[in-house]
Amino acid sequence: MAQVALRKIVKTFDRTPAVQGIDLDISDREFIVLVGPSGCGKSTTLRMIAGLEEATSGEIYIGDQLVNDVPPKDRDIAMVFQNYALYPHMTVFENMSFGLRLKKFPKPEIRERVQAAARILDITDLLDRRPKQLSGGQRQRVAMGRAIVRNPKVFLFDEPLSNLDAKLRVQMRTEIKKIHQTVTTTTVYVTHDQVEAMTLADRVVIMNGGRIDQIGTPHEVYHSPQTQFVAGFIGSPTMNFLPCRLVQNGSGLTVRLSDWLSFPVPSSREARYRPRVGHELIFGLRPEHFREGRGEVPPGSAAFEARLDVVEPMGMETMVYFVVDGVEVCGRVDPVAAGNVGEPMRLIADLNQMHLIDPRTELVI
Amino acid sequence: MTTATAQATAGQLGGVRYGSISRGRRRALFWSYFFLILFVIFFLTPPVYMFITSLKSSAEISAATNPWWVYHPTLANYIDLLTQNQFLIFFRNSAIVSICVVSITMVVSIFAAFALARMRFWGSATLATGVFLTYLIPESLLFIPLFKTFAYIHDKTGIELINHWWVLIILYPTLTVPFATWLMIGYFSSIPKELDEAALIDGAGYIQMLMRIFIPVAIPGIIAAMIFTFTVSWANFLYPLAFTTSADQLVLPVGIVTTLIRGDVYAWGQIMTGALLGAAPPLIIYAFLMDYYISGLTAGATKG
Amino acid sequence: MADVVVRDLRVPARRGQLSLQKFARRKSTIAFLMALPLIVIIACLVIYPAFYSIHLATLNKSMTKFVGFGNFEFLFRRSTFWMVVEQSLLFAITAVIFKAVVGFIVAHFVHNLPAQGQRKWRGMLLIPWVIPPAMSTLAWLWLFDPSYSAFNWVFAHLGISPVAWLGNPYWARFCVILVNVWVGSPFFMIMYLAALKSVPEQLHEAAAIDGANWLQKIWYINLPMMRNIIQITALFSLIVTFANFDIVKILTNGGPVDQTHVFATWAFTLAIWGNDIPLGASVSLFMAPILAIAAFFILRNVRRRGNEA
Repeated sequence: MAQVALRKIVKTFDRTPAVQGIDLDISDREFIVLVGPSGCGKSTTLRMIAGLEEATSGEIYIGDQLVNDVPPKDRDIAMVFQNYALYPHMTVFENMSFGLRLKKFPKPEIRERVQAAARILDITDLLDRRPKQLSGGQRQRVAMGRAIVRNPKVFLFDEPLSNLDAKLRVQMRTEIKKIHQTVTTTTVYVTHDQVEAMTLADRVVIMNGGRIDQIGTPHEVYHSPQTQFVAGFIGSPTMNFLPCRLVQNGSGLTVRLSDWLSFPVPSSREARYRPRVGHELIFGLRPEHFREGRGEVPPGSAAFEARLDVVEPMGMETMVYFVVDGVEVCGRVDPVAAGNVGEPMRLIADLNQMHLIDPRTELVI
Repeated sequence: MTTATAQATAGQLGGVRYGSISRGRRRALFWSYFFLILFVIFFLTPPVYMFITSLKSSAEISAATNPWWVYHPTLANYIDLLTQNQFLIFFRNSAIVSICVVSITMVVSIFAAFALARMRFWGSATLATGVFLTYLIPESLLFIPLFKTFAYIHDKTGIELINHWWVLIILYPTLTVPFATWLMIGYFSSIPKELDEAALIDGAGYIQMLMRIFIPVAIPGIIAAMIFTFTVSWANFLYPLAFTTSADQLVLPVGIVTTLIRGDVYAWGQIMTGALLGAAPPLIIYAFLMDYYISGLTAGATKG
Repeated sequence: MADVVVRDLRVPARRGQLSLQKFARRKSTIAFLMALPLIVIIACLVIYPAFYSIHLATLNKSMTKFVGFGNFEFLFRRSTFWMVVEQSLLFAITAVIFKAVVGFIVAHFVHNLPAQGQRKWRGMLLIPWVIPPAMSTLAWLWLFDPSYSAFNWVFAHLGISPVAWLGNPYWARFCVILVNVWVGSPFFMIMYLAALKSVPEQLHEAAAIDGANWLQKIWYINLPMMRNIIQITALFSLIVTFANFDIVKILTNGGPVDQTHVFATWAFTLAIWGNDIPLGASVSLFMAPILAIAAFFILRNVRRRGNEA
């Protein structure tokens, strides 16, 4: 078990910068997820921690040790690859024990460790099979078993669930979380799926274009995104963004979205937003904070009516879409209360959850 | 959010050493180049030596000066060989035989491969395996009975089959057709069946399918097979040695070996020149079509 | 003209004619006809001679009467025959082992290079395979010449006494094996290189993380995953090397004192120069059992590859 620290990590391939300055501290036993769109540098960062890529500049520490010069085999790490990378000519047992056999561990100890890991992953009856006889989910477990057996300082996961079908992915996600509760090794997990990030992480690191946009707990990045990118990346369906103007309205502030739609700013935010009065900003509100407008309006919320453009019944809820000045806005409503296409429907927006974004800096105010 | 990392940095006094992993890779690269150069020297010494010798006059050769260097380069050997009728006859014979064999082989093997790869008929599976097996029967086994057979045919019908270079056109296909067929079967099998079905629906007959779809798509394989056939025909030594004896009937490999060695006198300058010129056509084809050459080799054994 | 055609079509053909046309158009018939030239070639020029060779081996020298196993008994009693057996096996097995090792090593070095450079080196290293073996053997003959050997010239300058490359039986055998290895290693290199490229790079990364150094990576990953290609290539080469004619014929012609004869060259000498065709046929037939065993293993390996894929 160990902490991992990255200081000012930069990686350039030929002349293309892939990672442009990463600073990250991972505590011992923490489950950190690097998440972001493809090409954002998350896999490259992971591979630099593993030693499969060399950092162009910056320092990498595993435990207290500076490991920039240390080859992968001496870093005491284990990695689970997206394509599992199981040795096809070895049995499951041999796959899992490979690292130990290389280090000349005594046979009884090898057997003990493999059995223990197999029990955790529920693959004890697969130990004599070859990878090609296993299903995708089983192979993934074997890959994890290979990592667990090594008892390393850090686990590295490189998009391990991307090759599984949707249902299996959900299942394995839960398994990984349970395994981390048993085997509490520090884990760095890379994925492009923000749902995985939110469900698995102790802390989420959102990367974009080679830089870290925000580090925080799932709660923090969901409720307090710091950049527009983070706000739009986390949460499904994505947050609604509408251009707006912040205007003074009597004693309070109003966000003016269009001729027919304006929202009052909750008093708790007034102090924060006051310096921006008169500016053109971007208004952000998640679909789950647009609800059906029944009953009375709670404080901080506002009711309005909009003509529904598209209605998508999802079973548990219904997504309704309406247009504001050419921008399609999404709301999640109770299926019972949903209106019909083309007809106006009363909706309530919970403005306590609103965000205002400066379009020039793309930072949340 | 950030845990105290003072303890992490406190331990480090010196800076980071960058590039040690890539330095390791660079060292591996150095050794790779080092050994590869040694192997290249091993592999290229004979051809280079052939070239050096070909530029020497026989005087220089018998003077036994440094064999690895030419002091008085001369093209006399080349001129002698290329103006003398004999060498040109060898070259002509080889060329005609090889070109004819390539044509025959390609026609036979393309049709046969198409039939075996695409159309199931009784015994096709056995035939495919049989084709593969015949490739394993060496010419050193077959030349004796064939020799006797040809002599027998001569006795019975007066058709002279020994000592004519065109007899080789009949013989070489045994060596080239099996492998070429096998190669083409591999290429044809990799063409998706949906193409066949689309063509059938479009109204194409089998011959048309072959001509318009399979052959164009399998051109790389066809080129590879042609190169292979040509090389085997050109380089063949045993059959011509057994079946042709008069000087004007010889093909190049046999011609060089037999005519330039008169008794105990070896005209090495001319021999090396002849050998180099004899090696030239396959080498030239290789230089220009190396990728097809290599794909033919690897496809043969790896396509199972 | 058109009238005639139309009328013909409308007139129902006789039953026999119809079925003949149908037969000709049937897929299997067309296929069979397409494969016919191949079948003819193989039947006339491979299968027939192979069996005829067996028949020939049972005749006496002037081919007038049947002597059954007479030729074989004669061969078993001649010491030259047993030398030929030993030499053929020695050359084939030794050469194939060296070719495989050299090819394996060179393939790994080439694979190590950056991708663009590989092509050049691969091109240079394949040249021995491209040159007609007869031609390159002439070059080796010249290099080993008793009076003018270029190697001996270098040795003289290094103070090493000259070697009777082709005159001494042991050196002659060495030279035959050397030329064999020289001609054949590039083939192994190309095959192994192709096999190396099909080993996924991620396996090497996983092994690196598991703690393997370069040697362990080769031993635990490359070698097992290339096992099939290694076997197939070795068996192929065994057949080809075992039946090799050109190299021995040109380099030593079986000498000195028949110490480098192989089946192919000795059969040639007996049949063509000794004018004893049945004896020659008997000798060459001895290659058959070894070839058959090798062919069996090749087939089995090829089938197994097909199933694995």
